[in-house]
Amino acid sequence: MRPWTDPVGLYRPGTSLVHRSPVWLRFGMLTALGVALVVLRGPWTSLAVLAGTVVLAAVARLPLRPTLRGLAPVALTAVLAGAYQAWARGWPLGVEVAADLMALVLAATVVTATTPTDVLLDLLARAVRPLRHVGLDPETFALAVALMLRAIPALGEMFTQVGDAARARGLERSARALLVPFAVRTVGRARLTGEALAARGIGD
Amino acid sequence: MIELEAAGVGVEVAGPDGLLSTRTLLEPLTCTITERRVAVVGANGSGKSTLARMVNGLRRATTGRVRTCGLDVATHGAAVRARVGFVFTDPDAQLVMPTAIEDVALSLRRTVKDAAEREARATAALARIGLAEHARTPVHALSGGQKQLLALAGVLACEPLVLVCDEPTTLLDLHWRRVVLDLLDTVDAQVVHVTHDLEAAGRADRVLVIDAGRLVFDGDPTQAVARYRDLMAAR
Repeated sequence: MRPWTDPVGLYRPGTSLVHRSPVWLRFGMLTALGVALVVLRGPWTSLAVLAGTVVLAAVARLPLRPTLRGLAPVALTAVLAGAYQAWARGWPLGVEVAADLMALVLAATVVTATTPTDVLLDLLARAVRPLRHVGLDPETFALAVALMLRAIPALGEMFTQVGDAARARGLERSARALLVPFAVRTVGRARLTGEALAARGIGD
Repeated sequence: MIELEAAGVGVEVAGPDGLLSTRTLLEPLTCTITERRVAVVGANGSGKSTLARMVNGLRRATTGRVRTCGLDVATHGAAVRARVGFVFTDPDAQLVMPTAIEDVALSLRRTVKDAAEREARATAALARIGLAEHARTPVHALSGGQKQLLALAGVLACEPLVLVCDEPTTLLDLHWRRVVLDLLDTVDAQVVHVTHDLEAAGRADRVLVIDAGRLVFDGDPTQAVARYRDLMAAR
């Protein structure tokens, strides 16, 4: 079985300027960046923002190889989306779309890689506390986000196992042999996880 | 202490004709479990995991009553689960956070509100089981044995009064099986250990043998293991 690499954005302890900054500032800047990328126009602005997030990632001392490996699928998506926009509406918009997407994902990676999940849960639970009045439990919301973070490597591992099983039976080219067991296993894992969370009293 | 009063479980299943019928997973069972180390043995599908799940309300008894730590499981489910730890066969289903220390800290969120104290207690829980150097290791990068130990650490950090383990060593090699069994021996809580491992069952103070949804033996480990072997040989 091929090893599943560390998911991009996994928390890495450190003492960099970004690690030491207040967690609310990191999330505030990420939110502001998202808004700015929607409001600001032009390829050069987007490229400048992307360059800024690359500098931020360097300041946070994100390890180069795992980060590049983890971001490769996003980069591919950005290139494809950018190429389509360049073909349909001209190269400036193509560059802007691709750079915006990469800048946002890289900035989000910097934030999650410098913030322990426990702190992230506290922040999320505090942020959605006002929504208690409409029936949303802050701890449950925060837990759902944490589960999503854990689900990414778990699903990757499961997809690798399903792929190996399909190859062992000579079915590596069959989409059905990959997707059907993957979907069934994903649902099965979700049920088991729900049972395990209930057993830990989480959500009671 | 665990008290079962005619507690049983049945489920409704649809037949090929679409009609519903009741299938008994566990026939009504009455017993009081006060011993510190109790093992439950039985064939696959015999109902032993159903019995284990009744202890903390993961599986509701459809007949009779279950009381754990003096609380009725049907009416005080959350309070019971706060007192009863549960370890599953497959730790991957149980571990939900990205790294080891974060997973243990998640168990403590309900009772320890201060983040620094939570981290300190999670660190201590990991050190207790020998996983201190893996505190920041991604969960998916741990071996199967390390994952099962981590699942145990997450449960033990909450200092349960009762620990229910549903075949915790089934997926482990001999080394990790021994490590997990030795760790279970040191736990202060009452331990209910569902297992196919007859050596592990032999360490218990009392063994329940379940066959086809019925309790067929309850008592001394040596006699229980002999009874279980006879049952398996007769198949």
